[in-house]
Amino acid sequence: MGKGGPGPSPDFVQLLSPEGVRVEHPEYAVEFTDEEYRGLYRDLVTVRKLDAEATALQRQGELGIWASLLGQEAAQVGSGRALRPQDMAFPTYREHGVLYCRGIDPIMPLGLFRGVDQGGWDSQAYKFHMYTIVIGAQTLHATGYAMGITMDGKVGTDDGEAVIAYFGDGATSQGDVNEAFVWSSVFNAPVVFFCQNNQYAISEPLERQTRVPLYQRANGFGFPGVRVDGNDVLATYAVTRKAMDQARHGQGPTLIEAYTYRMGAHTTSDDPSRYRIASEVEAWQARDPILRVRALLVREQLADDEFFADVDETAAKQAVELRERVLSMPDPAPLTIFDNVYPEGSPHLDEQREQYAAYLASFEGSH
Amino acid sequence: MSETVTLGKALNLGLRRALEADDKVIIMGEDVGKLGGVFRITDGLQKDFGEERVIDTPLAESGIIGTAVGLAIRGYRPVCEIQFDGFVYPAYDQIVSQVAKMHYRSGGKVRIPIVIRIPFGGGIGAVEHHSESPEAYFAHTPGLKVVACASPDDAYWMIQQAITSDDPVIFFEPKRRYWEKGQINRDEASGALHASRVLRSGGDVTLVTYGPMVRTCLDAATAAEEDGRSLEVVDLRSISPLDLGPVYESVRRTGRCVVVHEAPSTISVSAEVAARVTEHCFYSLESPVLRVTGFDTPYPASRVEEEYLPDLDRVLDAVDRTFGF
Repeated sequence: MGKGGPGPSPDFVQLLSPEGVRVEHPEYAVEFTDEEYRGLYRDLVTVRKLDAEATALQRQGELGIWASLLGQEAAQVGSGRALRPQDMAFPTYREHGVLYCRGIDPIMPLGLFRGVDQGGWDSQAYKFHMYTIVIGAQTLHATGYAMGITMDGKVGTDDGEAVIAYFGDGATSQGDVNEAFVWSSVFNAPVVFFCQNNQYAISEPLERQTRVPLYQRANGFGFPGVRVDGNDVLATYAVTRKAMDQARHGQGPTLIEAYTYRMGAHTTSDDPSRYRIASEVEAWQARDPILRVRALLVREQLADDEFFADVDETAAKQAVELRERVLSMPDPAPLTIFDNVYPEGSPHLDEQREQYAAYLASFEGSH
Repeated sequence: MSETVTLGKALNLGLRRALEADDKVIIMGEDVGKLGGVFRITDGLQKDFGEERVIDTPLAESGIIGTAVGLAIRGYRPVCEIQFDGFVYPAYDQIVSQVAKMHYRSGGKVRIPIVIRIPFGGGIGAVEHHSESPEAYFAHTPGLKVVACASPDDAYWMIQQAITSDDPVIFFEPKRRYWEKGQINRDEASGALHASRVLRSGGDVTLVTYGPMVRTCLDAATAAEEDGRSLEVVDLRSISPLDLGPVYESVRRTGRCVVVHEAPSTISVSAEVAARVTEHCFYSLESPVLRVTGFDTPYPASRVEEEYLPDLDRVLDAVDRTFGF
């Protein structure tokens, strides 16, 4: 299979072609209002704009590092919007678009990248766990959380709960991800594994992780696997929605492979020119997740120029706001490094804190 | 209510009481259900509390701890059994990078009240990977609390205290002492989870130890008494945080300190104790702090494990040497 990706087939769910033409699929369909179509477009543009702003902030030294979602907007917006309010998400460190679609303030993860905190939010309150940097570790957390849903009796109904676990193609080689597949399978846990196959684990291409298409791995674990066009927001929505609803109704896990492409670098510290050629990136530009939705909106007269201008203008305004808020994030006070190591505290740590406080105080008044 | 039970049975009774007290408490691990665990510590619990609360897991340690993290986020209080000390390492990443750091990373908003039970130490004639003492790895990790029980009464109470604690606790059980009997008082805990305890008073040398070596040190103190030497024995009970107040108080009286454990000596719990005792009791010491430990080798084949394990004679030899300075 070439880097241009698989073509339309029963094993590759696509509802909107790169040209913005609707594609019929025997199993999957979407029913959106005009307003909802426009909303998806607005989400896609907004998360790309906020992402670009974060990249710029890193280039200007305001963030230590940034992991861009460029190219993966449809996978994130489609899956993120497919979740119901009671659902729980376990992200990697790149799910800014999912976070946005969950209605969470986009400033929240920026503390991590600026270096003023390490996450810092209540996973349960937001139904969105903190970013996880150790590759694949969160898939086990998602599975355990899903087992808890079953134990709480919250599966089997329309308002049942389900969990979505995000990870990338590289993570599929991790033991934790494979253990999560085993656990979720034998416990029939209400969890959906959403793999954004963006073709690269930093520099290593997909071929270094697998000899079989990733979605087929699910067969060996005993649950369904689906490959979806990760650059098609309609398809990622439909596939995720169905898998999550199956999970909440007690039908167990699904592996979704969202076939996409990381248009940018792994992070702002990476240089993709060392390991991939420009023509490959250009080929994927033709499959852009935003342009195809815009083409659809135009073709079906769901939006006019005024709408498109407003989307751009509003996103730009949000980006400016985000920038201002990042710049005003205060550095934490020195002694806060001792906070929250233990819920119940530690006398030894209290002693270290006192000693360091005294040390710092010894400089007061000196120049 | 006072009764005499083995240390293993005391743990079983403590786990049972924890399951009764809070329906969010669940037990998970390999063979903990029908079999009751390879050491029978969870014997009968699945029968009485059901398969959803006493869970036989797939055979993967990282999976046990990783799913326990998710269950904890959901509001459960998982008690995980690692079958043997030498099998904890596949879970090391989940313990060190996830369990230990989650509360810190979240700014105090996410708690992971997990207990990880690990039978540890040698002396049972086992094959390799079944006799290790990995406590220093965990005690070196901020965010984890680490304890070791040594007697049935402590086993009964400390496991319950660890489960009700909101901190993640690595709970070491001295497997060679599982079958040793002692009295438990089911009405009242004899101390806090992270408090050390003077088990025997003496004026000549302070022995500091924990876990399976507590019995060895008490026996050494009895033998020393016949030679006219009076040894004080302190059971640390908590390895992280260390409660060294009673140790300092003791060493200031005795002027001599010997630290005993099964784990290798280099960068070990005894190294930490020696450093802190030296710092806090410098002017009281009549001799350097000495250590009696396993050697800096992998745990040896079982037919020679008695050479590796500290015993009464090696402890008394070190006690003698503290008088040679």
